[in-house]
Amino acid sequence: MTGFVRTAPEPTLPPPTASIGLVATLRDRLFSGPVASVFTLLGIVFLAWAIPPLVRFLVVDAVWSAPDGAACRAPGAGACWAYIWRKAGYFTYGSYPFEQRWRVDVVFAVGGVLIAWLLVRRAPWRGLAAALFFIAYPILAVLLLRGSAMLGLPVVPTDMWGGILVTLIMAVSGIVFSLPFGVALALGRRSALPIVRFFSIGFIEIMRGVPMITVLFMANLMLPLFVPESWAPDRLLRPLVGVALFASAYMAEVVRGGLQAIPKGQFEGAMALGLNYPQRMRLIILPQALAIVIPGIVNSFIALFKDTTLVAIVGIFDFLRAVDTARLDPEWAGPTITATGYVFAALFYFVFCFGMSRYSLAVEHELAKSRNR
Amino acid sequence: MTRTRRPLLALAALALSASVALPGSTAWAGPTLDAVKKRGELVCGSNPGIAGFGLPDDKGQWKGFDIEFCRAVASTIFNDPNKVRFTPLSAKDRFTALQSGEIDVLSRNTTWTQSREVGQGFEFGPVTYYDGQGFMVRKKLNVNSALELSGASVCVQQGTTTELNLADFFRTHNMKYESVVFATADEALKAYDTGRCDSFTTDMSQLYGERTKLGNPEDHVILPEVISKEPLGPVVRQGDDQWFNLVKWTHYAMLIAEELGVTKANVDEKLKDSNPEIKRLLGTEGDFGTGLGLGKDWAYRIIKNIGNYGEVFERNVGAGSKLKIQRGLNALWTNKGLQYAPPIR
Repeated sequence: MTGFVRTAPEPTLPPPTASIGLVATLRDRLFSGPVASVFTLLGIVFLAWAIPPLVRFLVVDAVWSAPDGAACRAPGAGACWAYIWRKAGYFTYGSYPFEQRWRVDVVFAVGGVLIAWLLVRRAPWRGLAAALFFIAYPILAVLLLRGSAMLGLPVVPTDMWGGILVTLIMAVSGIVFSLPFGVALALGRRSALPIVRFFSIGFIEIMRGVPMITVLFMANLMLPLFVPESWAPDRLLRPLVGVALFASAYMAEVVRGGLQAIPKGQFEGAMALGLNYPQRMRLIILPQALAIVIPGIVNSFIALFKDTTLVAIVGIFDFLRAVDTARLDPEWAGPTITATGYVFAALFYFVFCFGMSRYSLAVEHELAKSRNR
Repeated sequence: MTRTRRPLLALAALALSASVALPGSTAWAGPTLDAVKKRGELVCGSNPGIAGFGLPDDKGQWKGFDIEFCRAVASTIFNDPNKVRFTPLSAKDRFTALQSGEIDVLSRNTTWTQSREVGQGFEFGPVTYYDGQGFMVRKKLNVNSALELSGASVCVQQGTTTELNLADFFRTHNMKYESVVFATADEALKAYDTGRCDSFTTDMSQLYGERTKLGNPEDHVILPEVISKEPLGPVVRQGDDQWFNLVKWTHYAMLIAEELGVTKANVDEKLKDSNPEIKRLLGTEGDFGTGLGLGKDWAYRIIKNIGNYGEVFERNVGAGSKLKIQRGLNALWTNKGLQYAPPIR
C-alpha cells in the first residue's frame, strides 16, 4: 500500500511555452481580445502620428544656440532653445537688478538645502532643520531679497522681483502657511466653542465660495482704495496673503476629511488616558488624520503651485508671466518663440508637480507600513 | 441656521459701510513733486509688455518708448534717468494704481478719451504717440492703400474696439469685407500667417510688433491708412497742476529740442549757441524752471540724459529698432506731423 505514497515531490514543469516570453506578454497584455487589439492598434497609430513631429520640433529641428532670433525664424526651424537659454536669467529673476542676483542665488541655495534636509526622512536633526526653515530662513530670505541699508545691501523693491523667484515665493509661502492654518481651521470647524466654530465656518465658506481671481482682485485693487497709501501692504505681499488664505480654506476641508475618518474610539481612548485637548490632537488624532489625507494635502499643494500663475493678472511677474512677456522681444519674436516658451513653462511646472506627487507616494508607502503589518 | 445668518448679515453690512466710508481718506497727501523728491525716486506705472513701448530686456531692465518718458521725468527732477521705479500694470489695475497714489504718473499706452478724463478724475498729458488702427497685408498682394482692400478677408481680435472700427471703415467706404474673428491677437496673427485672411488689423503701434513675430517680416507691409484715433500719452491725477505741468513740459521740451536740432550728443555744444530759442530751452537765458518747481536746467537735464523726441522715437520704435515704425502722424508739425509744442517764453 505504501507504493501509492510519493517519497519525493514531482518535479515542477516549466510553464507552457505559449505563456512566457515576449510574444506571450504582448498577446496577454495588448492583444488579449478583439477590443483590446483595436485599442492597441489605435494607440500605436496615435503615437506614430503624434510623436515624430513632436520630436522633430523639440529636438531634431530645434535651434540650440544662436546670437538672436534670425536662426529661429528660418523656415522649418523647430523649438528655439537658444532663446530660452538667453532669457534664462530673466525667467529666473525677473527684473531683479543684474548685479544683485547673487542674493537670489543664495536664497535659492539655502532654501534648497533646508528643504532637502527636511524631506529626507532619515536625515539627522530634522527638528533643527525645521526650526531653521520655518523661523530663521524666512527672515534671512526677506533681509537678503529686500535688502537693508544696515547690512549694506541696496534695497530692491518687490516690484522688481519676478520670474521663478516669485513663483517659488508664492508656492512655498502658500504651502507653509496653508497647512497649519488649514489644520487650525479644520479643528475650529469641529470645535465645541460656538464663536470659534462660527468664525472657521464663515472663513472657509467665504473663501471657498469666491473664485481665486476675486480674492486676488480684492487684495490688489480694493485694498489700496480703503486704506491710506502708507498703510497699503506691499504689491507682492497682497496676493501672497490672498493665495495663502485661499489655500488654507481648501486645506481645512481636506484635513476635516481626515479628522472625520478617525474612529470615535480614538478620541475617547485619548480622553481616558487623561490627555488634554492639545495633547489629544497632537499625539493621537492629528498624526493619524494627516496620514490618511496625504494624497489630498499634496493634491492641494499641487493645485496651489499651479494657481500661483493667476497672480499675473494683478501685475505680478511670476514665471509664466515672464515667459509670456519675453516672447514679445522683437530681437527674438518669431513663429516658434511662443510655442518654445510655453513648452519650457510646461516642463517647469511638470517637474515640480511630478516631484511633489512622487515624494508624497513614497511618504504614503512608508506610513502605510504600520497599517499593513 | 437662522441664528448664524444674522451675524453674517451684520458683518457684511459692517464691511460695506466701512468700504463706503473709507475712500474719502485716500486722497494724496501734498503735491506730488514734493513727495517724489522726498522719496528720492519717481514711481511710474508702466506697460507689462508691448514690444518697443515697454518691455524688460535680458537683464530685466525696462526698455521702450513709454519707459523713456518716465526716465525723462526722472531726469528733469533728479538729473538721473535711473531714479525711477517701474510698476508694471495691467489694463485693469492701471487707473486704480494712479487713483490710490501708488504711482506718480501712468505712462502705459493709455488712450485719451473723453470719459476717462472727465469721469474718472485724471489729467491726460500731451499725446506722446498718435496711434490708430492700421492694416497689414502680404507684399505680394500689391496693395498700397487700405482703400484697395474691398472684398478682402481680415483677421481681427474679437470684442475690441478694433473690430468695431473695422466695420465702420468698410461701411463708410462702401466696401465689402469678411471679418475673421479670434479670441486673442496671437490667434488672429497665426491665422493671418497661415493664409486664412488677406489682412490683419490692430493698432499701428502693435502691428509693427506683431509683424516681427511672423516668419519673414519683410514679406509683409503695413498700409499707410490709420482708420481710428488712439492718442496715447501720460496720465496724472487731477488736482496737482504743478505736477501736471511738469509732465506736460517734459514732453514739450523733448519736442522743442528736436525742432531746434538739440540732441543728446550736441547739447553741451548748444549751451553756447546764440539762438534765443535754444537759450531759453537750455536755461542759459531766462528762468523757466522755477514755475515747475525745478531749476533753470530742467530741459537740459532731459536732453543730456535721454535725448530729444526724435531720438527716443527712432531708438525704441523707429529706424533704430526692430519695429521700424514710420514717424507718420508723430513727425513734428514742421514735417507734416501732429507733434507740436507751445513755445518756451
